[in-house]
Amino acid sequence: MEKKTAKEYWRRNLKLLGVLLCIWFIVSYGCGILFADSLNTIKFGGFPLGFWFAQQGAIYVFVVLIFVYVWKMNKLDKEFDVDEK
Amino acid sequence: MGVQTWTFIIVGFTFLLYIGVAIWAKAGSTKEFYVAGGGVSPLANGMATAADWMSAASYLSMAGLISFMGYSGSQYLMGWTGGYVLLALLLAPYLRKFGKFTVPDFIGERYYSKQARLVALICAIFVSFTYVVGQMKGVGVAFARFLEVPFSVGIIIGIGIVFFYAVLGGMKGITYTQVAQYCVLIFAFTVPAIFISIQMVGSPIPQLGMGGTVSDGTYLLDKLNMLSVDLGFSEYTSAGMDDRINVFFITAALMFGTAGLPHVIVRFFTVPKVRDARKSAGYALLFIAILYTTAPAVAAFARTNLLQTVSNQPYAEMPLWFSKWETAELITFEDKNQDGLIQYVANPATNELTIDRDIMVLANPEIANLPAWVIALVVAGGLAAALSTAAGLLLVIATSISHDLFKKYLRPDISEKKELFAARVSIAVAVIAAGLAGLNPPGFVAQVVALAFGLAASSFFPAIILGIFDKRMNKEGAIAGMIIGILFTSAYIWYFKAQLGGPGTPDQYWFGIKPEGIGTIGMLINLVVSLVISRMTPPPPKTVQAIVEDIRIPRGAGSASSH
Repeated sequence: MEKKTAKEYWRRNLKLLGVLLCIWFIVSYGCGILFADSLNTIKFGGFPLGFWFAQQGAIYVFVVLIFVYVWKMNKLDKEFDVDEK
Repeated sequence: MGVQTWTFIIVGFTFLLYIGVAIWAKAGSTKEFYVAGGGVSPLANGMATAADWMSAASYLSMAGLISFMGYSGSQYLMGWTGGYVLLALLLAPYLRKFGKFTVPDFIGERYYSKQARLVALICAIFVSFTYVVGQMKGVGVAFARFLEVPFSVGIIIGIGIVFFYAVLGGMKGITYTQVAQYCVLIFAFTVPAIFISIQMVGSPIPQLGMGGTVSDGTYLLDKLNMLSVDLGFSEYTSAGMDDRINVFFITAALMFGTAGLPHVIVRFFTVPKVRDARKSAGYALLFIAILYTTAPAVAAFARTNLLQTVSNQPYAEMPLWFSKWETAELITFEDKNQDGLIQYVANPATNELTIDRDIMVLANPEIANLPAWVIALVVAGGLAAALSTAAGLLLVIATSISHDLFKKYLRPDISEKKELFAARVSIAVAVIAAGLAGLNPPGFVAQVVALAFGLAASSFFPAIILGIFDKRMNKEGAIAGMIIGILFTSAYIWYFKAQLGGPGTPDQYWFGIKPEGIGTIGMLINLVVSLVISRMTPPPPKTVQAIVEDIRIPRGAGSASSH
């Protein structure tokens, strides 16, 4: 594989990681901890919203993040022709 | 039939199942013994990882802890799940492409140094051993309470079972018994939760039921907040100001620790492809999330139930389970004002009731009046959780000794047959040593288990991440980082843990950070030290830089190999 395409593949990978890890940080440390008190003033059904993020929402988002990563990376691998046969 | 008969039947059945699976999955080569031949499907590996990961503590203690801590308990929920995102995105695919057997293998080759391998090897054994002793203790406790055999007999039965399938099948036997154990434990955890959710809020899905309304029409969580505040506790759903910083740091230490624990990482060496490693991390978290989103619901239900059942009620009218756990000395009642009623309040001077947090999951089915077979099922689930985690940890200890120490360090010329024999002997010795330590645990073990995460976070996590993402990282940087990180973390923990004989007091905590959360700082120190030192010393050899470039590209991942 060309050095240049390898670099580009890695750059795209890092970009994807950056976006996903930002979301990871925002739902857990942001919504679940740092801003939990202000979010608790908002009601989400029977849940105060900050509390919901800390005990339910963040975990759901984590699961979704990994499957989005799997899907995006499989696509990226194909695009750069580095997928496993 | 009584609870005990049911327990014998269900626990006996699950044990037969594990033994049957072990005989079917006997290991014939070192590759099968270390990484199950590298042919485990992502779905099966996801289940095995989930069982490997969820210990007796997740299963028996976590819901109880959350029940008493309320919002602050979220640190365990987010901390023990969020680490999988890091594993999936930053570690698992690259380590799979690298394709070796153990974590010290990676550290040793990436940092082209026997010293680095040795440091990693010692960290791996230290972290895993302290962890496994706690699991053995959990097995003993579960047996002792429900089969009414002595604690020591319980541990010996536990050792016998693990010994059988770990020595015989290695990683292959462990993987497929873990799949069976996952099914047992998740069924056993969710069934009572569903029953209780239907009873309390009329919803069959506990995750939604937690936000539902109780019989008088108010939201369950509002009612729980009200009850808590009335008795002088803080609101269930919100955090105190000084809590916030610790929830933050402890969550982070648990997340980074998860991503650095060798017995979890090694599971990703068992799948055939890089693509499978990614997917299997997703499955693992999905399976873990089923328990981790049910647990907070169980916690809220149990807390509400408890407050309503005991608060200001006559002691003489307490239900049967109350006296049962009183006999076991896990509930104690002292009628301080002699009015015959139970005052359960936050103020220690007037509070009359003490409850051991660990009994919440075990007592919950009884509190909710569920049938005897459900209680027996919960016991079988607890045992499955403890045994599966113990087996995974023991394998890490055994491979560290037979592969990293023996084959790669002391006797590189030994044949595969001899190495396999050495692996079997080391796992047998490890099982027995862990059992003996569990029989007679040093007082500090229970404390150290929770701290193992801090140690893993401050040692392995940065070394592995930098090994993948920083091509310029060299052995000088990585070794210095690991040593300084783990020394700093253990020193802080020792200094502030009275149980370990440290002189520190909570008012001296740096920035108010508890020892449980210090792993986060240790990890940052490791990162900074590694980066600074590596830039002041020569770059790694060209061959190593080529390895780094190679693991970044999925294509060409062969199965895990020893050469």
